[in-house]
Amino acid sequence: MALVLDEQQAMLQESARNFLADKAPVAHWRKLRDSRDADGFSRDLWKEFAEMGFCGVLVPEEHGGLGLGHVEAGTIMEEIGRNLTPSPFLSSAIVGVSALLRGNGERKSELLPKIAAGDLLMALAVDERAKHGPRQVALAAKRSGNGFALSGTKTFVVDGHVADLLIVAARSAGAPGETDGLTLFLVDPKTKGLEVERTIMVDSHNAARLMFDNVQVDADAVLGEVDGGWPVLESVLNVGRGAVAAELVGCGEEAFGRTVTYLKERKQFGRAIGEFQALQHRAAHLYSEIEITRAAVLKALQQLDQKPDKAEPLVSIAKARAGKTATLAVQEAVQMHGGIGMTDAIDIGLFMKRVRVAEELFGDANFHADRLARLKQY
Amino acid sequence: MSDLDSFRSETRAWLGENCPPSMRLPLEDDEDRCWGGRNWKFKSDDQKRWLERMAARGWTAPTWPKEYGGGGLSRDEAKILREEMRAIGARSPLDSFGIWMLGPALLKYGSEEQKKKYLPEITRGEIRWCQGYSEPNSGSDLASLQTRAEDKGDHFLVNGQKVWTSYADKADWIFCLVRTNPAAKKHEGISFILFDMASPGVSTRPIVLISGKSPFCETFFDDVRVPKENLVGQLNKGWDVAKYLLTHEREMISGIGLSAGRPLGQVAADTVGTEDGTLADPLLRGQIAAFDIDAAAFQLALERVGDLAKAKQAHPAMSSMLKYYGAELNKRRHELLMSAGGSDALEWEGERSRGGDRARSWLRTKANSIEGGTSEVQLNIIAKRLLELPGA
Repeated sequence: MALVLDEQQAMLQESARNFLADKAPVAHWRKLRDSRDADGFSRDLWKEFAEMGFCGVLVPEEHGGLGLGHVEAGTIMEEIGRNLTPSPFLSSAIVGVSALLRGNGERKSELLPKIAAGDLLMALAVDERAKHGPRQVALAAKRSGNGFALSGTKTFVVDGHVADLLIVAARSAGAPGETDGLTLFLVDPKTKGLEVERTIMVDSHNAARLMFDNVQVDADAVLGEVDGGWPVLESVLNVGRGAVAAELVGCGEEAFGRTVTYLKERKQFGRAIGEFQALQHRAAHLYSEIEITRAAVLKALQQLDQKPDKAEPLVSIAKARAGKTATLAVQEAVQMHGGIGMTDAIDIGLFMKRVRVAEELFGDANFHADRLARLKQY
Repeated sequence: MSDLDSFRSETRAWLGENCPPSMRLPLEDDEDRCWGGRNWKFKSDDQKRWLERMAARGWTAPTWPKEYGGGGLSRDEAKILREEMRAIGARSPLDSFGIWMLGPALLKYGSEEQKKKYLPEITRGEIRWCQGYSEPNSGSDLASLQTRAEDKGDHFLVNGQKVWTSYADKADWIFCLVRTNPAAKKHEGISFILFDMASPGVSTRPIVLISGKSPFCETFFDDVRVPKENLVGQLNKGWDVAKYLLTHEREMISGIGLSAGRPLGQVAADTVGTEDGTLADPLLRGQIAAFDIDAAAFQLALERVGDLAKAKQAHPAMSSMLKYYGAELNKRRHELLMSAGGSDALEWEGERSRGGDRARSWLRTKANSIEGGTSEVQLNIIAKRLLELPGA
């Protein structure tokens, strides 16, 4: 399969680009941040996402969606990255939908149409420590009554405080570090004993901590198999990693594009600073990194569509590259903008904040380098 | 079954029958490569047979038109051929500056007579070419070259010196940049000519490099007579041909970062050992993993730029990006190979080190970011042509 977007994908990208630039530029993010918006995203915009079909991009047609793939979802993520748009698109339309599809949830036919219509928000709760580590899940799921009792803490739960339904990775057997013994649960955030604390993050995008104190869930809350949640969790995380990589490409490329424009406009010593070779070479190097990363990300998204069970190495390559490349892009962007790049009034520094968060989300470059090394047996 | 699917199965079957088993073994070293030419001595009957069989199908230059000895394959078919060759570990039947560099330039700028004369013998590996570009005072500033070609009516009279001429001492013919109008601005007085290295007045002197090897030569021209019909493209318009050819040279060099060989992780495991299945040296392991990620991404970028070219969405200066990145990547790979090899990799002579192969290869890679335009020149080109930065 060619590593370029096909006609339909390019059309979707075009419409996502126009739509987001029009409805949700960085000014939209500023408004939410500055008003300390309780939801942290715009429900009006989310309705429009649904009308555009974006909320159901991955939802099969029989459940009211577009039935498209990860390449298409990635084009939307990239535009979200370009505009720093706060949106539950990742947690609901990509991660949530994938969890329901892969976990073969019996509630698929009930929930998927709601997500596609923009009427249901989901959030995935995996990490419990400061660094991503899905194998380390310790949150206890003890058999209790007709179901399970959940106790423990989750952190960095994207859109956790606005979700209508949580996907919670819990340990029903085994010890942290083991992949056997994990179970995924669909949990109503209003359940007794569950405390949700919104955490305001550096990028002003949504995240939350969840405290489970003996939270009672029924047996039918299990998504997939008891003790056998790992393959589904890994596969859903891979989908999320590919999507975040696409967002990072958008962030990095936008920060780079704005910087190249600035290099042509800003004058010092009587000439455009873009005439200085010290900056030209750094810009040219960054261009190369971005182009190479773009290929890796597109390939990973294609693989998620075609051979999802063999996507692991390509996803790790894409996420590691995307994190490193976008990090370089925003660092160079601020440095090349000079003092003005440090101000809140100019958007460029805001990209640095979002990239820092997206780099951590679902595993940073080191996490994925380690994972690739293990896959290659060294 | 689609046309491409049937092409794949036919190709697989043909390669299975025709690629000799010994030509499916990894190259032991550079000596195993087949360069062809008038004076070529095949290393084995299999090497000869493999070249002849592939050349007979035009598959030494798969995408060239059949009438010039090529395979007439589409890009998609050529990609399948590459994939199927890789799948069985088939060696390249012929390494050739004629195929990689001169051929594409002749296809674009050559006359019909020139294409008919030169291309088929290139595809059969009968004539080995070298490249007369750099001069002692014209490295990165290539267009300042001074080798003179005077118009003597029916021929040019060539005088001057080239340097870093790869394998000039082994080549049969040279494609050469010469100054035909010293009065014009530097880019506008250059012509692109071809001539026989056996012509009177041509001499070569190999240059010993830090690797101890001499793949490059100084090449001297002393009143060399070159027939006028050996001019490619228009008189004084050679810089266009030169630049076009350089994009192909860059593509050729960008691929070297991906040269096969044992995976770095395994090489390192031999020397530093493993603990619980991971390399015992965690810092080296991290560096290798970071390299593997970049190399895999780069491989995909090569593929993508090819696909973009097919979709007519590629910018020509993307070859500079690939050359820059591929060269730096290959240098990094060899630094890691040396690091993984430790003191074993430092041996310079003897059987155990296969004549110091690891260290000599490492040193050779340092030229990657110099030859075909330095990394700095590639960055200049990206800044100017892709980013359109001012004054670049």
